[in-house]
Amino acid sequence: MSTIGKNKPTRVYRNKKPREANILLTSTSAVINHSQRSSLMPLTFGLACCAIEMIATAGPRFDLSRFGWEAYRATPRQSDLMIVAGTITNKMGTVVKKLYDQMAEPKWVIAMGACATCGGIFQTYSVVPGAHHLIPVDVYIPGCPPRPEALIHGFMTLQMKIDQKRNFGVAPVDVEPGFRGPTRKEPF
Amino acid sequence: MAKQEIMTLNVGPHHPSTHGVLRLIVELDGEVVLKITPDIGFLHRGIEKLSESKKYIQVLPLTDRMDYMSSGTNNLAYILAVEKLLGIEVPPRARFIRTIMAEITRINSHLLGIGSAAGDCGAVSMLLYSLREREGCLDLFDETTGGRMMLTYYRPGGVANDLLPGFEQRLNAFLDKFPKKLDEYETLLKKNRIWLKRQVGIGYVSREDAIALGLTGPVARGSGIDKDIRRDEPYEAYDEVEINVPLQTGCDAYSRWLIRMEEMRESVNILRQLIAKIPDGPYINREAAKYVYPDKDRVKDSMEALIHHFKLVVDGLAPPKGEVYSSIEGPKGEIGFYIVSDGSSKPYRLRVRPSCFVNLQSIMTMAPGNLMADIVAIVGSLDIVLGEIDR
Amino acid sequence: MTVNWNRQNFSGEDPEQHPAVVALRKNAGTPLVGVGIFRGEVTAVLSPEHSIEALTLLRDDPGLVFDMLADVTAVHWPQREGAEFDVIYHLYSLSNKMRFRVKVPLAEGQEIRSVVGVWTTAGWLEREVFDMFGIHFAGHPDQRRILNPEGFDGHPLRKEFPVQGRVRW
Repeated sequence: MSTIGKNKPTRVYRNKKPREANILLTSTSAVINHSQRSSLMPLTFGLACCAIEMIATAGPRFDLSRFGWEAYRATPRQSDLMIVAGTITNKMGTVVKKLYDQMAEPKWVIAMGACATCGGIFQTYSVVPGAHHLIPVDVYIPGCPPRPEALIHGFMTLQMKIDQKRNFGVAPVDVEPGFRGPTRKEPF
Repeated sequence: MAKQEIMTLNVGPHHPSTHGVLRLIVELDGEVVLKITPDIGFLHRGIEKLSESKKYIQVLPLTDRMDYMSSGTNNLAYILAVEKLLGIEVPPRARFIRTIMAEITRINSHLLGIGSAAGDCGAVSMLLYSLREREGCLDLFDETTGGRMMLTYYRPGGVANDLLPGFEQRLNAFLDKFPKKLDEYETLLKKNRIWLKRQVGIGYVSREDAIALGLTGPVARGSGIDKDIRRDEPYEAYDEVEINVPLQTGCDAYSRWLIRMEEMRESVNILRQLIAKIPDGPYINREAAKYVYPDKDRVKDSMEALIHHFKLVVDGLAPPKGEVYSSIEGPKGEIGFYIVSDGSSKPYRLRVRPSCFVNLQSIMTMAPGNLMADIVAIVGSLDIVLGEIDR
Repeated sequence: MTVNWNRQNFSGEDPEQHPAVVALRKNAGTPLVGVGIFRGEVTAVLSPEHSIEALTLLRDDPGLVFDMLADVTAVHWPQREGAEFDVIYHLYSLSNKMRFRVKVPLAEGQEIRSVVGVWTTAGWLEREVFDMFGIHFAGHPDQRRILNPEGFDGHPLRKEFPVQGRVRW
């Protein structure tokens, strides 16, 4: 007697609820986005004073480890978040662009502080007035320097943005039509 | 036939151990450094040029952001230069408050200095401990001045607002538990064989070289130069307290680390003396009405005070013509301001005498002969902040 | 409450009594163009031909021993024809705890001897003066830009250079 079709897996799960049967019903976006936003690996890119507040946020009091983001990586090849903390000068601009290009997709950029947002109080001959002139920025955090609480608020905003990211070309259902999600080809 | 060549390595502006955006071009023979050339300017923001188009009180936030670890002493150097130019006096309570802030700033800066030096050499827990201690200091700054790192608290003639009631208790609570933490860190590192191997004999600069190179601060005191502006040319409330300046003759990175630890203990002693002796009185000299804002409560009631405040904010204070150079002992060395005034409300020329810039020049004499891995220890022992080097 | 503006060993009103001025006046090779005092700080003004000899004298004189150079900087006075720049040296004596300032007026395009041979501190400080003002120091071993990028056009701290620069973002 042929056993084809007799030991199919679904037979085991007949008349059982998915949870009892150890199956999770979700969308790929939820799983992928949740894993990405909970374990980002920032690039150590502290340029100026905001770097000290970034380090203090990773310190014992405002612990960044509870978000899963404490694994700062010094090499752009292994990181996916670039926190531009500090003033970008013309001399440093080529370095910023090169490092951004060396990061692998998917990647995000947070412009921390007034200098990375708009040049800050240094509107001079040698300062790039904002990181968006060089690389696409996802979240801007104002402040000079932003308090660690403000930085954490910015991080959580980035987490909300990552949650809305589309994967595999299908938009999540609760997003308005026409919303394309963050793309890496155009600045914002 | 094997050929020997010199390898040029670029320790680029983006590096985990270079304390900011510093680029070092290192020529190596194997692992031994033959020549090192720092390439700076990656954080050059043009502060000196920018100050020429800002009023004197608007330059104050710019000075915060130069040596961003120790904004309390940067501000103090600038305000002392401005007050010398204006020729006004400061009430005793304000002098004590400013000295207290400067000494807490010194503790802050040294904590992150030794924390990052140890973190770069591998003792990462030291970095986290120093960040935890810094939070205690930053709380004191936060409640008094409104800012954690950037104080911008001093004004010509005094300080912006008085200390909050209960400040003495909180400061004393911090000073009571801080020396025990310093003992813990000494236990961690002082006789640690790995730390000794990584610091003793590294980055040697002799006393004669140090004087010729113009080194100041803990780097100079680690080479046997007995120079401390707080004791030699006392300013603010330093002539009313007793200061023991630590001195070491080892001339290497370990001596500089020892000096920083002792300076932190000395700052605790100075703070205890200051907080015991602090007098009551006004916190800003309202007599020098040409340069000092009136009391804010009066501004809301009286027309003259309103106009006075308006004129000072819109036109700015205009010092007499002349030039001054005034320097103080910052945590990293002698930081001074040279201001040339042409009688208008904007400085004609503002020059910052940067302590870390002159100290970093010595790396070209210190580094050759050491191994590549020692470069990190040397840069950490110099305790440089790129914001002040590049301005 | 009097404030001691003069935080130095020299306390006086007359700049001619400052030991450094006395030593410079005594030496025939270093004629002074002028002396000044403001808020207790004494300045001596020299011409560029004699500046290196004067600074060497100030370092080597056994009574003065100005062995530390605190700062080298410059100021641009565009309306002063023939003497557009002032090169300023701030000196400090470690043993005598004394400060002194030497000012050297320079014309546009005129060169001045570098003091790297006298104090090694001057290496980077003079590079910065060159970068910011365009003043050439004769005898400097490594005269190139230090703070601005290599291909930068112009000297920022001159008065005619705009704060926001000439290249717009």
